[in-house]
Amino acid sequence: MNPIISIENLFFTYADGTEALRDVTLEIFPNEVFVLFGPSRAGKSTLLRLLNRLSDLNEGSRHQGSIRFNDRSIFERGIDVIDLRRRISMVFAIPTPLPGSIRDNLTYGLKMAGVRDASILDERVERSLQQAALWDEVKDRLDTSAFALSGGQKQRLCIARSLALEPDVVVLDNPTSGLDPLSTATVEESLYELKKQYTIIMVPHSVQQGARVADRAAFLLDGEVVEVGSVSQLFVRPQDQRTEDYVTGRFG
Amino acid sequence: MTRQQSHKLAKMLITVISALVVVPIVFVILFVFYHGVSALSWEFLTAPPTNGMTEGGIGPALLGTVILTFLTAIVAMPFGVAAAIYLAEYAGDNRLTRWVRLAIVNLAGIPSVVYGLFGLGVFVLFFGFGTSIIAGGLTLGIMTLPVVISTSEEAILSVPQHFRTVSLSLGATQWQTIRHQVLPHALPGILTGVILGLGRAAGETAPILFTVAAFYLPELPKSIFDQTMALPYHLYVIATQVPGMPLEIQYGTALVLLLIVLSLTLVATPVRTSMRRRREW
Repeated sequence: MNPIISIENLFFTYADGTEALRDVTLEIFPNEVFVLFGPSRAGKSTLLRLLNRLSDLNEGSRHQGSIRFNDRSIFERGIDVIDLRRRISMVFAIPTPLPGSIRDNLTYGLKMAGVRDASILDERVERSLQQAALWDEVKDRLDTSAFALSGGQKQRLCIARSLALEPDVVVLDNPTSGLDPLSTATVEESLYELKKQYTIIMVPHSVQQGARVADRAAFLLDGEVVEVGSVSQLFVRPQDQRTEDYVTGRFG
Repeated sequence: MTRQQSHKLAKMLITVISALVVVPIVFVILFVFYHGVSALSWEFLTAPPTNGMTEGGIGPALLGTVILTFLTAIVAMPFGVAAAIYLAEYAGDNRLTRWVRLAIVNLAGIPSVVYGLFGLGVFVLFFGFGTSIIAGGLTLGIMTLPVVISTSEEAILSVPQHFRTVSLSLGATQWQTIRHQVLPHALPGILTGVILGLGRAAGETAPILFTVAAFYLPELPKSIFDQTMALPYHLYVIATQVPGMPLEIQYGTALVLLLIVLSLTLVATPVRTSMRRRREW
């Protein structure tokens, strides 16, 4: 099977000279849940933000190496960054509804892309909410403020908002960081449904969460990939001493 | 001195200083009101001055100031907001934009008479508009620009960064992001800046002195290339240049000018608070 995303010898340096990624090489395959884990400052979020070039917002940063999405370099001159961001959609650590109603949030990306047809919008609203396991809770108040939702609902709304764009890849940067255990479980459950349709790349809240949701995983440390492999390899029989130390809780 | 004592002392000192600032302002307003209110009448607001300005009203001057303020808004708002958007969203932070920002802050502090001379040189003479409403409006507009730019930029920067990130990550273009996520939320702040700027422009004498204001011109202007009377200059004239001027008319004129500036603020405040109330984050 061909990887949907392949990263080769990727280096990334911020404007202040911080080397966030060093020689990262990874392949991510369609319809898998790929987990990136490691201590803070390992470069996980940096890597995620590079995938749909949100890293462009970091003025003065530099990168080297390549990221290919569906066999096309995302750094290529003339690539449609707007389209790339619709196809590789991002959910952030802190739930970030935009001001407006639940419906406004879900239709924002589509409307910006020029979709005006109300029936298409309505259909996407319902489907994405179903997929994010939020439909039953909000179907009667789609036009009320998104800020009135609970933390867990907000985060599922953000997931639904990404799904409404019908992306190929959903990128989740620690999506359960601010959530209680119950909401966390709901979000994790929805991931099982989602991977039938989408490729999921996720930074987990904890090693345990990573082990629960991942098909394959990569352990990052100081901007380098220490180890990549299936979930059973990384979390049960890690090859590298540093992975083992981290997974067993000796540091991090 | 204990912590509690120093707390009490600081609170008292700050209260007294605040009062020292507020009391004279309130006194000035009350004083002008007390002496001027008897002059106010529909006649006074609409009729031209007569008998060497010692009788009659302030109609042409009031109309002139309203027109000039309107023109100032037309000039300062689009250009000021556009410049603010550019500085906050597009320009980035480098040596050039830091110089530009420094220049804008400094422009806000330049004495208004300098703007008046600039307007005389550029609009009245170079562009050949003559002493006219258009020349005066442009001069006031340019004087107001720095205030509008810096307050608008401030307002734009106070919109949380993650609205932009989220919008971009959902495939919106940068302009769509500015249009739909930044400007609506920056609007109350932008409005404040514009109103503050207009309030200052409405009351300025020096910039209109060489560019538009007529000493005595009872007819109303027919086009923007005509001269007009304007309240601040009219007030200056009747307060210093006309012998035997009744005090009532002087204070009445001052009161009207004060009320114009005050009403600008009064209109802006409810608009602003209702916009703020709709804000959810």
